[in-house]
Amino acid sequence: MQRIGVFVCHCGTNIAGTVDVKAVAEALQYEPGVVISKEYQYMCSQAGQDLIKEAIKENNLTGIVVCSCSPRMHEATFRKTAAAAGLNPYMVEIANIREQCSWVHKDIPTGTEKAIILGKAAVAKVNLNAPLTPGESPVTKRALVIGGGIAGIQTALDIADAGFPVDIVETKPTIGGKMAQLDKTFPTLDCAACILTPKMVDVAQNDKVRIFSYSEVTDVSGFVGNFEVTIKRRARYVKEDICTGCGLCTEKCPQKKVPNEFNLGMDNRRAIYIPFAQAVPKVATIDPDYCTMLKSGKCGVCSKVCTVGAIDYQAKDEYLTEKYGAIVVATGFNPISMEKFDEFAYSQSKDVITSLELERLMNAAGPTGGTLLRPSDGEHPHTIVFVQCVGSRCASCAEKGKEYCSKICCMYTAKHAMLIRDKYPDTDVYVFYIDVRTPGKNFDEFYRRAVEEYGVHYIKGMVGKVSPEGNKLKVRASDLIDGKQLHIDADLVVLAAAIEPDKSARPLATMLTASMDTNDFFTEAHPKLRPVESPTAGVFLSGACQGPKDIPETVSQAGAAASKVIGLLCKDKLTGNPCVAHSDEWMCNGCSTCEKVCPYGAITYQDKEFRMPDRTVKVRRVASVNEAVCQGCGACTVACMSGAMNLKGFTNQQIMAEVDAICK
Amino acid sequence: MQEITRNALVEKASALLADGTVGRVLAWKRGEFDYDVTPAVFQTAEELARDLVWNDFCGANFSKYLIKETEKSDEKVLVFLKPCDTYSFNQLLTEHRFNREKVYVIGVPCAGMLDVEKVKKSAEGIASITEDSDKIVIETLFDGALTLDRASLLAERCINCKSKKHTAYDELLGEDGEVLDSARFDEVAAIEAMTPDERFAFWQNELSRCIRCNACRNVCPACTCEKCVFDNPASGLENKAASDSFEEKMFHIIRAFHVVGRCTDCGECSRVCPQQIPLHLLNRKFIKDIDNFYGEYQAGAEVGSRAPIVDYTTEDLEPNEAVERGDDNA
Repeated sequence: MQRIGVFVCHCGTNIAGTVDVKAVAEALQYEPGVVISKEYQYMCSQAGQDLIKEAIKENNLTGIVVCSCSPRMHEATFRKTAAAAGLNPYMVEIANIREQCSWVHKDIPTGTEKAIILGKAAVAKVNLNAPLTPGESPVTKRALVIGGGIAGIQTALDIADAGFPVDIVETKPTIGGKMAQLDKTFPTLDCAACILTPKMVDVAQNDKVRIFSYSEVTDVSGFVGNFEVTIKRRARYVKEDICTGCGLCTEKCPQKKVPNEFNLGMDNRRAIYIPFAQAVPKVATIDPDYCTMLKSGKCGVCSKVCTVGAIDYQAKDEYLTEKYGAIVVATGFNPISMEKFDEFAYSQSKDVITSLELERLMNAAGPTGGTLLRPSDGEHPHTIVFVQCVGSRCASCAEKGKEYCSKICCMYTAKHAMLIRDKYPDTDVYVFYIDVRTPGKNFDEFYRRAVEEYGVHYIKGMVGKVSPEGNKLKVRASDLIDGKQLHIDADLVVLAAAIEPDKSARPLATMLTASMDTNDFFTEAHPKLRPVESPTAGVFLSGACQGPKDIPETVSQAGAAASKVIGLLCKDKLTGNPCVAHSDEWMCNGCSTCEKVCPYGAITYQDKEFRMPDRTVKVRRVASVNEAVCQGCGACTVACMSGAMNLKGFTNQQIMAEVDAICK
Repeated sequence: MQEITRNALVEKASALLADGTVGRVLAWKRGEFDYDVTPAVFQTAEELARDLVWNDFCGANFSKYLIKETEKSDEKVLVFLKPCDTYSFNQLLTEHRFNREKVYVIGVPCAGMLDVEKVKKSAEGIASITEDSDKIVIETLFDGALTLDRASLLAERCINCKSKKHTAYDELLGEDGEVLDSARFDEVAAIEAMTPDERFAFWQNELSRCIRCNACRNVCPACTCEKCVFDNPASGLENKAASDSFEEKMFHIIRAFHVVGRCTDCGECSRVCPQQIPLHLLNRKFIKDIDNFYGEYQAGAEVGSRAPIVDYTTEDLEPNEAVERGDDNA
């Protein structure tokens, strides 16, 4: 029989205002197992905790019930209190009589009655509680960053700076991500390459960082502190350690008609290529879809011109398995496809482009060398129309676009408009918008400058249709403020395409058992208080994979994710959660249902010898739980037909006892 | 009348016993009357020749017996399985309930089995029963011989037979059949079409006859727990005060939930119920819903398949969609 102490908290008037705390303490002292029942103004205060400690010692208590606020608030506090008095911390139960009682009830009789019932349920549970001891597991002191954009680079640099080794896995041949494709960055208009490429070099030269470019994560197993990750290193047909990046092969390759994805297909590259001059690692990659040698075995020019013998046509994909303590997801974003937005004639005219394409058209390293020219005829455009929110905030057209605001478009459109007006004062620039959203440091000032100093025509209203006629684009739009229809003959139309998470995010989330929202953005553990951690322990989030973000926000989140990783890798051992599943092997049927429903892969089966009542030995197939992997979600306990699977600290019996106490 | 003769079964089993392939044989044996054929274990050719029965009353599904029988010795067990029995066989293998290596399966084609209750109702004082192609001849104590149409005496599960195809066997006697397009969900649809009150009354009428003999559970090939929750004091289901006078329903509802996605619709529960409660309808409702919500799934069609209920795919419908797609009473 337990010796239980009940401690009812007033929480000032938070609880005592709606609950007769004295009556609660009195009613609960007659519950089975209860030997002492007290109330106090603030149980969580030092004095309140001392009261609990003394009561535990004086009455030789084996379990306590604290009727107070939500366990999310102070369960840890009272567990520590109990531990300090020599009690197992898992012999503490919290009856939430604040959030679930006093705050939701208006009159004292109802509040009091409910508080007593909640207290009784907690007492009934403590009667069945057993002391639990958390297990410990070691920590592999190495981090994995998935994605080598600015988010991944910054996270890796910050982790490496603290002295821990980091690996970056990037699917593209080079790190740099979307930021490497940008021209200038708002709100200061410094060039993206000027601030990004030094970081790329830093990361390449840092001896704590390994970069696996042209690679992807194909399998993840294990758990926080002990992940085992399989990385597929795609064959690039060029030996990375030998190639000097001289670029001779990329000049001599006879296959010249390969759309250059770095310039979004607006010019061509060769079949062997280095994406851009500042690429890291600066090594060539052969595109197997276009290389004549790989496709037909006839050519071999690159191999002949390579002075160091780096070309290897026989290369195969390689898999390597590494152990990590923490994983950071930094898979970033992409603009959505414009195919479904036919009203803007994106697929009909080359002169309707996306904002990212405009970035390349204005970039000195882009297809036009930085001069803004129409893609169709190479002429200088005079009238340029920007359309905001193409596919963003698109509640009514969910099948085409996204319901959310893509967040960065207002600012980059202001930037584009400003840069064009600055460089080409002979242009007329129109921006059609639903709202202009500029809530960031110096953001609104930036937008005002575009309107007031650079004379950009901001028009509230949406573009209804763009139709190519001759060499012009007829833009039909509405001006909601003046209440009239506008017809503009534009030379260039720029669409601010919504952004969406990278397609690799969804399968990755499955591998990591990290959760995602309906838009495939990774979900954070808590939207306000744990924004860079995923709900899966040991998995952290950096950058736009968690939601649309601009560069300053991405970099700060990258640093935050890194600090969380460092905090984890600093530990030598991790204390587990003792509230994990446990299989009663005598009742286990070995049916594998629990193994199938376990989202963490924590359950395995083994053939075990059992001494039967008739003294024979029988080999039975039974479930066993890896306590370090189990997160205590309880899915297995409800799937188990025979009830062999139970969750420690939340056993079926404890829950039934609580229900019974409530129904009594 | 069954296509394969009794003697074919006896010969096959005797040969496999003789060459040592198997040590024991699970087959049917006559009970007290011609119509109460019961499962039996045979160990010699003499026993087989004397007692083995294969006729229209061999409804019993042996799959579940294999759990215990395979543990009894190192020898293989020979089992005769009808097409519908093989689904239970596969489902048990999926759940690792016995070692496939220890079983020798002989598939026997099935022309449908008779409903013992229908037979008993059709004649009083049954002395003996003989089968003559599509007729059944019943010799009675008082009225002489009665000749009845075999079709009129078929069990419900055989009228709505879902498959004549064996999904597992080592050897097959005769020809294998096909998976059939049965009307087995029509009755479920009819119950779904009732108002909630009518439906409650229907089930109250059926389930309140339950005497908790546990026959349905004991025969069910999906009910193979080492310790059933209903027998386990620790599960907390025992010694509870009855919350209402219709508590029998809870046993059947809990049991239906426990076999969800695992029930192959073999119909044994209804066959053995001494109160003739159509228990299979509860399970069929679940099967129908799973088909409707997650795409058609037949438990036991293959070994190792994952029931949608313990599987997750990104195509799974959301709970609100399930409500929309189910009927109003879902």
